[in-house]
Amino acid sequence: MTEPIKTDVLIIGAGPCGLFAVFELGLLDMKVHLVDILDKIGGQCAELYPEKPIYDIPGIPYCTGQGLVDDLMKQIKPFGPQFHLQEMVETIEKIGDPLFRVTTDQGKVFECKVVVIAAGGGSFQPKRPPIQGIEAYEGTSVFYAVRKMEQFRGQRVLIVGGGDSALDWTLNLAPVASRLTLLHRRDQFRAAPDSVNKMMALVNEKKIDFVLGQVTSLDGANGQVTKAIVKGNDGASFDVACDAVLPFFGLTMKLGPVSNWGIALKDNEYIPVNTENFESSVPGIFAIGDINWYPGKLKLILSGFHEGALMSQKAHRYVHPDKKLTFQYTTSSTSLQKKLGVA
Amino acid sequence: MPKITFIDPDGTTRTVDGELGSTVMETAIKNNVPGIEAECGGACACATCHVYVDDAWRATVGDPSPMEEDMLDFGYDVKPNSRLSCQIKVTAEFDGLIVRVPERQA
Repeated sequence: MTEPIKTDVLIIGAGPCGLFAVFELGLLDMKVHLVDILDKIGGQCAELYPEKPIYDIPGIPYCTGQGLVDDLMKQIKPFGPQFHLQEMVETIEKIGDPLFRVTTDQGKVFECKVVVIAAGGGSFQPKRPPIQGIEAYEGTSVFYAVRKMEQFRGQRVLIVGGGDSALDWTLNLAPVASRLTLLHRRDQFRAAPDSVNKMMALVNEKKIDFVLGQVTSLDGANGQVTKAIVKGNDGASFDVACDAVLPFFGLTMKLGPVSNWGIALKDNEYIPVNTENFESSVPGIFAIGDINWYPGKLKLILSGFHEGALMSQKAHRYVHPDKKLTFQYTTSSTSLQKKLGVA
Repeated sequence: MPKITFIDPDGTTRTVDGELGSTVMETAIKNNVPGIEAECGGACACATCHVYVDDAWRATVGDPSPMEEDMLDFGYDVKPNSRLSCQIKVTAEFDGLIVRVPERQA
């Protein structure tokens, strides 16, 4: 088994609430590792709203999503948080009192005294395109990610989409597939221009096909797709014969494995917490930010900041049971200022 | 206030008051028009407020921006008159605007 990474606190989700929790935990001498499924830090702020304005952060009349993330990273730098990106927490197992063993889908194992779920709207996962009956083929001949390219050797592969994932896999799989078709609804692409140029070159060399249109349905049997029925931009339908379909339709948020962690849920969507310390039904597992629920809950970043501060007080009792907690201000406390590296 | 009409795929028609300066998406949500989900809250970061603008209104409403076109890639059954309703700002000249709600959102 993999050697576990030992830490005081493991935060699931590196969005604004998870990031600010690092600050509050750090002031109380707790070391933090964070796991996030995205390839970048910042959660929805970085993935959905990097350039969008935010007007309701107290004391900051205006910032962008990415600007807020950048400033939070500056703020928590003194505490040296460790990030594990592009990983999803799969299991949380209670192995002590309190001690948790947490594993990710990449096989990483953590041992921590406290788990903080700051997963927002859940984990970002590939969006299922609106194609009727696609579920029947998923995992057999329809894939939303490529794990092993060899799997597609000699196959007729249909890639759908116009973003970076669609274009990157078109370029990578072109030499592997027996025939590769890229399908997109228009001749403009969100993907990087360089990838688009390379793809067009392959089309000109007749090594791959580029087709304009939208998939309306799939045909096949026992999970094995045989063709996609496509509506062209002139409204006429035609078939694209294929053995595998790779749709790349961006990301959506799903609760994911949270429901398997033995925590009480509300409406199978939110984690109920008490408003004294934002602990879930399992002692030692906390939930802050958009993913939690309590009477009067507002899904605001500022609420998540407050929740992180109160959570840290209770977390301290689990991590440092022998130490007395004295309430201090960063304005006047030399010991806090030492931790921040300013005194 | 300009009247905006939403037509369901089954033909049900709903005419509501649009507020100047707000968006067609916000108008739909405020008036509980079904079929407009607006998952991202109006940030042009998803494609779940997709509508078809009535052909007679296409010139008035205008074409999607490049960013909106990018997001429309994620829509269901996107047509030449497709728009994301969060990107259509209501102005006085929209009185009588007709948009159709698609069969499903992305």
